[in-house]
Amino acid sequence: MYSFKDITDGIDSILHLFLNDTFATLAELILAGLALIGAYAVLALTLIYAERKICAAFQCRIGPSRTGKWGVFQTVADMIKILFKELIRLDHNDRFLFRVAPFIVIIASMCTFAALPFAKNLHAIDFNMGVFYLIAVSSLGVIGILLAGWSSNSKYTMIGAMRSGAQLISYEISAGLSLLAVVILSGTMKISEIVEQQSEMWFIFRGHVPAIIAFFTYIIAGHAETNRGPFDLPEAESELTAGYHTEYSGIQFGFYYLAEYLNMFIVAAIAAVMFFGGWMPLHVSGWDGFNYIMDCIPSFIWFFGKTFACVFIALWVRWSFPRLRIDQLLNFEWKILMPICLINIILMSLIVVF
Amino acid sequence: MEVKDIRIRNMKYEDFNDNEYLENYVNELKENGVNVFVGTFSDIINWGRSNSVWPLTFATSCCGIEFMCVGAARADFARFGWEVTRNSPRQADVIFVCGTIVHKMAPVLKRLYDQMAEPKYVIAVGSCAIGGGPFKKSYHVLKGVDEIIPVDVYVPGCPPRPEAMLYGMMQLSRKIKVQNFFALSEKSVKHKSEK
Amino acid sequence: METLEKRLSTLEYVSVENEDDRTTVTVAPEKVLELAKILRYEEKYDFLFDIVGMDYGDEGFGVIYYLSQTENPARLTAVKTRTGSREKNELDSVCEIWESANVYEREVYDFFGIIFINHPDLRRIFLRTDWNGYPLRKDYDFESNSIPVHNELIPDMETSHSVYMHEGHEEDVTRSLFDSNEYVVNFGPQHPAMHGVLHLRVSIEGEEVKNIDPNFGYIHRGIEKLCESYTYPQILHLVDRLDYLSGTMNRHAVCLCCEKALGLEVPPRAQYVRTIIDELTRIASHLLGWGCMCMDMGSITAFVYGMRDREKIMDIFEETAGGRLMPNYNIIGGIARDINPNFIRRVKEFIPYMRKMLKEHHILFTGNPIATGRMKKIGYLSKERAITTGATGPSSRASGWSNDLRKIKPYSAYDKVDFDEVLRTGGDTFDRYIIRLDEIEQSLRIIEQLIDNIPEGAFAAKTGAIIRLPKGEFIQRVENARGQFGVHIASEGGKTPYRVKFRSPSLVLVNALKEIVPRHKIADLIMIGASLDYVIPCIDR
Repeated sequence: MYSFKDITDGIDSILHLFLNDTFATLAELILAGLALIGAYAVLALTLIYAERKICAAFQCRIGPSRTGKWGVFQTVADMIKILFKELIRLDHNDRFLFRVAPFIVIIASMCTFAALPFAKNLHAIDFNMGVFYLIAVSSLGVIGILLAGWSSNSKYTMIGAMRSGAQLISYEISAGLSLLAVVILSGTMKISEIVEQQSEMWFIFRGHVPAIIAFFTYIIAGHAETNRGPFDLPEAESELTAGYHTEYSGIQFGFYYLAEYLNMFIVAAIAAVMFFGGWMPLHVSGWDGFNYIMDCIPSFIWFFGKTFACVFIALWVRWSFPRLRIDQLLNFEWKILMPICLINIILMSLIVVF
Repeated sequence: MEVKDIRIRNMKYEDFNDNEYLENYVNELKENGVNVFVGTFSDIINWGRSNSVWPLTFATSCCGIEFMCVGAARADFARFGWEVTRNSPRQADVIFVCGTIVHKMAPVLKRLYDQMAEPKYVIAVGSCAIGGGPFKKSYHVLKGVDEIIPVDVYVPGCPPRPEAMLYGMMQLSRKIKVQNFFALSEKSVKHKSEK
Repeated sequence: METLEKRLSTLEYVSVENEDDRTTVTVAPEKVLELAKILRYEEKYDFLFDIVGMDYGDEGFGVIYYLSQTENPARLTAVKTRTGSREKNELDSVCEIWESANVYEREVYDFFGIIFINHPDLRRIFLRTDWNGYPLRKDYDFESNSIPVHNELIPDMETSHSVYMHEGHEEDVTRSLFDSNEYVVNFGPQHPAMHGVLHLRVSIEGEEVKNIDPNFGYIHRGIEKLCESYTYPQILHLVDRLDYLSGTMNRHAVCLCCEKALGLEVPPRAQYVRTIIDELTRIASHLLGWGCMCMDMGSITAFVYGMRDREKIMDIFEETAGGRLMPNYNIIGGIARDINPNFIRRVKEFIPYMRKMLKEHHILFTGNPIATGRMKKIGYLSKERAITTGATGPSSRASGWSNDLRKIKPYSAYDKVDFDEVLRTGGDTFDRYIIRLDEIEQSLRIIEQLIDNIPEGAFAAKTGAIIRLPKGEFIQRVENARGQFGVHIASEGGKTPYRVKFRSPSLVLVNALKEIVPRHKIADLIMIGASLDYVIPCIDR
């Protein structure tokens, strides 16, 4: 199976040729950071394009078609436009927090993004509390949203931010508990180990019913965490115009826009890693020929294939369902989803023990 | 810059009306000493801007329904990359003035325009927005939105067909393509210092 | 009607006239309130259809109240009064008797400056608070107002103003609409879910709506005043632009009104085609209403599907009439031109297509648990409240009030077809949602029965080059997609009317919002608004 080890080792040795150990590590860190930022931007643009095309297909439309073949450069045009758009300075608001808020959102999603295993041996942050780290960092974004809503000094943004706070904090619990079920099954929090353990069979098949339940609860809760329909209350267009980012223009708004799509990718990627084995090909013990063929497909294709399948589910739901109301949303979490998750954890423990 | 370089996909230069407007526009820019700098960078920015014009959802009356039709399956302005309708004026690039603007609404429209971030464009849709339309003689109707905000493209009709609006959008794209990013920024700097 | 006449003949201050479909009662201005109480509580006139303000020149100002009984809704009773001189412009308010009088009286005050004593909230309704003069008075100076460049200063804590009689003296009382500690949010005029430029001031507590105050007039074009300077065929074009989604129905109403006044016999072919076009417009309007409702709930795909089906109807219109949204098809005496040869085939193709799509819409949206969860048991409007607030059309039929003019008082070809008036009893948002889809099915039934039987012959009756209506006052009601639309034309016998008044079904629907919304969530406010399906340009005129 193709591994990125050769490339990463190659870069490492080249750097060591003319730098000492400290500077070589520093250079590697910078390179990894740049690569991640690049990947972040490219993925976000791809996702936006994908959403626009897929939603157009759902709605019997064509979607972007004028920029390049099938309009593939549409989001590039959007990016250029948004980069050169005026940033509006507001009076009567907390200017420092107003400027900082978009960065908090994008940094939080960036940190989570860095901890994803993109392919075999292509994994930037990997330590023994990987899952814990993912859950912790991904919840930082809500601070940016709350600050944005508060610092804009507008009633719409305020309502949007408050909704967002209530929603994200509630659904984090379910998302965390569903991931906990997988952690119980695998016995480790290290992401690379979780992936390795699925070389025989993915967790969704190995974990019996509890894993399937955990997958669905995670998808629902993760969806809610990304603020996308049917859970898009914080920016409910028909109610709050644009929700917490109503007052942002130009690239500051662009940050929210990118982070929204990347969060969707991150949720899908975590689902793929925890339940579908991440970059691990589909292996069936005993079928050696089949396993060999599966191994021929590069690992990053497995990873992105699984992730985009999950993204597609998210888009499908987004463009078919109407929006929930805030009380329904919270009732659903606290009265239905969380009890299910708790019972599911007990079930999973029983299965692991016996 | 040759105006004939301004291309819109699937539409010939000769097929557009009012080409002389664009030609005059470029000449005027040149004569007034604005350096119509044809750098690649400028071209890229103009390409981006002209292909990603996000409209503000703003409609007062009948033309708004036809504007919805432009967004729906048959006409589909998503093809031009215009489908990201923003509800917040801060994030929108163009305001389609769909429908009559009356005295009570005029300050609201002006404020909306002021709230938009540069570069911003205005398309006056329908005869009411252009000149008051059938309500011209009324005591409460504005005789054209250009009395309060500058208009880039006029789309006649009562209400205009979705195709007419698409044509108006393409005309706006062409206009954006001959504008110069650097010249514009100089102008806005000057404007600020005057203040 | 005999009982009414008998009852009224005992009062010496009224005079009663009977026409074939209307009873006119003339009363002195001081006795309006007394008569109103008799009519409301003894004769069960519980539905106030409209209040028309009039400027009679030297004879002062006047008001016409159009009333109807829910037991006998086909018959309208007009109560007329006039003040006698231009200096005297006070009348008693009938707000406490009919709640819908609230907005109507505000409108009359706004246009004519007639002060209604004891009205709880006598603010201007359409025009700005700093507007000079009363525009529908005949002596209004057109130059008295310039284009405003600053936003109207309307503080959150706006006060309402009313005039009371206290020991024979007038007394101005002001009270604030919201408490100073309430959190007031503005929805509109530019807001994606306000279906135009409605401005709602909503006082909220957390997510819950406590109180709302609608503010109209952001698209008030002064159509009624314009009509006074236009000839009758010219008026038709303005009427289309009132409620643009049911433009043909509105136009139909004006045509019927003029034809009735002229005594013109419309050829049967024109009647059939008019009915078909009306029903097609109704389908288009309901599809758009359905789509917008779904969009307000966050389901944009449903909106695009609704618009896609609507395009088929637009195609039919375009081929036959030349226009899409505004077909400009009805004229006084018939229709503007004969139907296109393809018309019948196209309509016949459309009927099975629409049936299929209706099924799809039900699968896509009605069965969706989130959608039903959002709509069921939300926004309850009882039948009694629907009647007192004056809400008509699908929104009130969802509450169980049978008021479909196509059944009650058939016009054109509606008496020749067999269809059901869709009634539901729930009165909640879900019923108002489903009733629109059911009405599409009924409209298809009507079209199906008519399309094969369009009689041959002329498509329009001959009228003179200049149409002059005889002296008198004429009223015509039709059922448009939002409820009962009424046209009141007062003619002096000239080329142009003396006064035209349109009864907008949407105006009272927004008023019903005030009734339904408190104690609901913000999201429900949007939903209820969408389910009532009002069109703002029709309110503001």
